[in-house]
Amino acid sequence: MELLILILVCSGITFLLRYSFIAASKYLPKNPHFQDMLRFVPPTVLAALIAPEIFVQNSSFDFAPDNLRIWAAALAFLAAYFTRNVLATIATGMIALWCLQSFF
Amino acid sequence: MIFRRDEYRYNYRIHHARKFTDKIRTAPKYRAYIKNIMPLSNHNVPADTMPQYATRKAEYFAGVRAELPLLLGLFPFGMVYGVLALAAGLPVWAIIFMSAIFLAGSGQLIFVQLFGVATPYSIIATTASIVNLRHLLYSASVAPYLDHLPRRWKMLLSFLLTDEAYAAAVPRFRDGPATPHRHWFLLGTGTTLWVGWFTSSITGILIGHAVPASWSLDFSVALTFIALLVMSLQRKSEIIAALAAAGAALMLQSLPYKLWILAAALIGIAVGVFCRRLEIRR
Repeated sequence: MELLILILVCSGITFLLRYSFIAASKYLPKNPHFQDMLRFVPPTVLAALIAPEIFVQNSSFDFAPDNLRIWAAALAFLAAYFTRNVLATIATGMIALWCLQSFF
Repeated sequence: MIFRRDEYRYNYRIHHARKFTDKIRTAPKYRAYIKNIMPLSNHNVPADTMPQYATRKAEYFAGVRAELPLLLGLFPFGMVYGVLALAAGLPVWAIIFMSAIFLAGSGQLIFVQLFGVATPYSIIATTASIVNLRHLLYSASVAPYLDHLPRRWKMLLSFLLTDEAYAAAVPRFRDGPATPHRHWFLLGTGTTLWVGWFTSSITGILIGHAVPASWSLDFSVALTFIALLVMSLQRKSEIIAALAAAGAALMLQSLPYKLWILAAALIGIAVGVFCRRLEIRR
């Protein structure tokens, strides 16, 4: 029972976070500079989520070239740039990582 | 009424045409989508003709199609969640129920990790919510496109506003024509993600333990985000903002509650706005 309430509370708070600005959308500033600022949300949040996934292993930094995820991620970046296709990017990155892991 | 804001933006852009000189790069896939489904945007429809725009169904399934490839990267993540949740001692109903109504990958993982080490419930609730603070930015980002909708639509779309559903729908809102049914695109990406996340959690509960860790399937989420990131970059200032956010995320790793996600994003946005100013002024 307590667990159910805990889950409901967490979900409720998360929902309110997502609903906040949408609920107040009538009161958001309507000038183009504000709109231009919001253009930066997807690239910055995604970059902030990706960087630690690649460079942090077991809660410590790993910038050395023997961190295979760096190379796999670099190949995935190239694949994403040239194909502009999500499936191709995931396939390239995973296959690169598996190949590197089996060689080294 | 519906188009007022977009007309305003559009007029502003014409007025300041010289400032917006950079080429906006659209994904070829999306260009095809505009060509096939939306032959005319509302800006170049002659006043005496009926406006042509995509139907609700076309928008919805365009959203589903945009989301489907992302599920490939999400599925292993959902399975990892299912496995960790079982190992932490959560009952099966709670694991499934949480996937259905919490709908936040990283938030659920933190929840499970803290639950496994018998953390007080108040701390679990606080942490899982703070980890999700980045959703504030998503909310602000799509709010201008949804402000004409009735409240039930806003609530439904807010509930479905996850990382992947948001990232897949933003290009359509930003670069596509401002047609009356465009929110159905976000509904398409959101519901597809909901179904995918739900089934992947159940799959994780059922067969997740059979997948060895050496397969590194957790990397697939990062790869999904890489694809979304590369496709969201159109301007030089956005590339600089992304690099700044990545650097800040690494430097701020010591912040508690994963607050570095929000902090790094805000730093990146500030850097991006600054670069954009320089770009325009030049």
